[in-house]
Amino acid sequence: MKRILVLFAHPRLRRSRIQRALADAVRDMEGVTFHDLYEAYPDFYINVPREQELLAQHDIIICQHPFYWYSTPAILKQWEDLVLEHGWAYGQGGTALCDKWWMHVMSTGGSAETYCCAGQNRYTIRQLLAPLEQTAMLCGMTFLPPLVVHSSFRISDLELHEHARQYRLLLQKLRDGQLTAADLLGADTLNLEL
Amino acid sequence: MHLESFLAQAFIYLLAAVVSVPVAKRLGMGSVLGYLIAGALIGPFAMGFIGKEGQDVMHFAEFGVVMMLFLVGLELQPKLLWRLRGPVLGMGGAQVLGTGAVIALAGWAMQYPGKQAIAAGLILAMSSTAIALQSLAEKGLMKTNAGQSSFAILLFQDLAVIPLLAVLPLLSSHAAKPEAEHAHGHGFAENLPGWQQALLTFGAVALIVGGGRYLIRPIFRYIAKTQLREMFTATALLLVVGTALLMQAVGLSAALGTFLAGVVLAESEFRHELESDLEPFKGLLLGIFFIAVGASIDFALVASQPGEIALWIAGMVLLKGIVLFLVARFSGLCLPESLLMACALSQGGEFCFVLFSVAQSGGALPGALANKLTAVVALSMAVTPILLLIYEKLLHPRLQKRENEREADAIPETDNPVLIAGYGRFGHIVGRLLAVNGIESTVLDLDSEQVDFLRRMGMKLFYGDASRLDLLHSAGAAKAKLFILAIDDEEKSLKIIETVKHQFPHLTILARASGRLHAYEMVRRGAHYIYRETLGSSLDLGTEALRLLGIPAHEAHHAAKKFRDFDEGNIRCMAEVWFEHKDGDEYVNAARDQIAEMEKLFAVDAEVRERPTDEAWDTESLRREALGEEDSAPNS
Repeated sequence: MKRILVLFAHPRLRRSRIQRALADAVRDMEGVTFHDLYEAYPDFYINVPREQELLAQHDIIICQHPFYWYSTPAILKQWEDLVLEHGWAYGQGGTALCDKWWMHVMSTGGSAETYCCAGQNRYTIRQLLAPLEQTAMLCGMTFLPPLVVHSSFRISDLELHEHARQYRLLLQKLRDGQLTAADLLGADTLNLEL
Repeated sequence: MHLESFLAQAFIYLLAAVVSVPVAKRLGMGSVLGYLIAGALIGPFAMGFIGKEGQDVMHFAEFGVVMMLFLVGLELQPKLLWRLRGPVLGMGGAQVLGTGAVIALAGWAMQYPGKQAIAAGLILAMSSTAIALQSLAEKGLMKTNAGQSSFAILLFQDLAVIPLLAVLPLLSSHAAKPEAEHAHGHGFAENLPGWQQALLTFGAVALIVGGGRYLIRPIFRYIAKTQLREMFTATALLLVVGTALLMQAVGLSAALGTFLAGVVLAESEFRHELESDLEPFKGLLLGIFFIAVGASIDFALVASQPGEIALWIAGMVLLKGIVLFLVARFSGLCLPESLLMACALSQGGEFCFVLFSVAQSGGALPGALANKLTAVVALSMAVTPILLLIYEKLLHPRLQKRENEREADAIPETDNPVLIAGYGRFGHIVGRLLAVNGIESTVLDLDSEQVDFLRRMGMKLFYGDASRLDLLHSAGAAKAKLFILAIDDEEKSLKIIETVKHQFPHLTILARASGRLHAYEMVRRGAHYIYRETLGSSLDLGTEALRLLGIPAHEAHHAAKKFRDFDEGNIRCMAEVWFEHKDGDEYVNAARDQIAEMEKLFAVDAEVRERPTDEAWDTESLRREALGEEDSAPNS
């Protein structure tokens, strides 16, 4: 059984429909540590040793967050800046995260179609995630394709429910080792067909 | 007593108390003096509303003393009592023997026979528990060292009454059998052989301790279940009366017995209820006791030889006071506290009246002398409140000033960037935060004990008054960058801001304000940064409260920050309004506007006029837009 750490970041959870539903779907799963960063560090004062210990204790790191300005909410960036220390996460002797898996679970306002060179957002999700992907690579981690909930303002409750169900299913399979990296790496996203 | 005359009596006593005590309090004299004056006024020598029965009333009202000791016992946990054993035996013993000896010597010098002098000395060594404790408690001084020591001495005196009652007949010049009639100490056990007496005494004490521990609590629990409040009061009274009777029966002091019962019950869950139930009885009975004392002063005797009586009173109070003062000083009390104790205990006590009558009937003192001394003791009780008043109004402030007149410390030259004035619970934290971050500060404080204490802990601070310009100079104000004003004296802190602004304009002033109005004054004087001392922790608490009510930590944190920014900003503009229209409605209106604006700021509805910064996380507008048009923004 693999241990999964969900690094959750939403600054205003009470007013979020999508992220709350997704979070509720996996929050209490066995083998999953759900870690709400804004709740843990309301003042952005991140406890680095504690975070590093958490990372060391888990095999799969999942960043769950809304897609803000083509990136993560601020606290996740702060977290990266402080926790992924040189000599620990990368560089000489920095092997703490080697061979762990890294993955993003995100929601975007725009539809899937807008994320292409002809669309309004001009780049694909994978292109936009390049800095994060490279961060994972530098730390020796395997960067899995993201799970993306698009059109977050428009999807129906039913669709949202389905997304949440699939998210939970995906974590179950990852946890129980039913998916290998090879199964996953080819895909653009891990969104299953609705 | 017939019911009618009883009611009439009660009416007179109560009326006298109700009229005179508030007046006395108003004049700053304390309630004890008020009661005494009331008693003197209605007594046989002034208006004559009450006559000879004053003595009977006094015996009845002595029960107030008994009840007071029960309540005192309730306040004293056995642990505390054990801690007091040193002062009780040491200070109490020294006081009783010392005073006895000094007054006996004085009597002997006045040509009284030796035995009479010794008897009078020992009796006058007693102080009034009722007056001393009541006065000290009224002024909130019971918890001070002086209060605790006074209590210890009074406790010893209560204990000493028992052997005194035994000793007095021995001082008799002719063999007479003492009458056994008084509340303190003579019961049927008197006629038993010594070993049986001892056994009985021991048994009674054991009964109180054991009963208090194992019997009384279940009884109170049972009574409490009836939910009848008056039953609880009745049980409490029954307990005190029963204990008093038991003690008298075996020949011990009733006051002492109930005190012991109080101590035993001090740790029970009914402590506070017992206290609040008995408190009014104690207060009233003590009041009546004081009135009776006032009424029993033989003014005819006093009038016939006023000079001599006054001299005796002055002599006794002075001698007692000197002995008390020396005892206190030798026990390590500081000068003001020693003086306070000397003032508080310098009167003769209520036990004196009992002991005088025993001594008189036993032949140890001639009747005329006993009468005179009784008047002296009663009048000396009226002196105590006056002495305490003098102490409080005249001596204490002067002594405090003298304490403050400690030379300011010499401050070696430094170039510390920070100067901190005041190193109590506020400045201290600021200083430590700076220190652990490697920033040295020069600290001035005016509390000499605090300075000495912190110095012993290895901190560098100097005794001195930051409102003195020369001290600011020698503390390096000219070279420093920041001036942190953390003293709690509001007036003085404003004065210091003025001085610093004027003399050291380069200093940035960070000031601690006690509250909003104080902050306004600081704004006006140009302090650069102002911190209301409770704002930070209030907001911390509020944040936690929001969080416990289910608001996410980050939002709660932001709400507090938003509140703070708004409130701090509004201090400055409100300060202007405050000074321009202090008396008018403008300030109130402006304050109302501010509150309304703050509410608006926090309102979550979409019509918020002033959008706070973190509304960007709110996706309502995006959602509406997306539902209306096509995708236009990247944020989800």
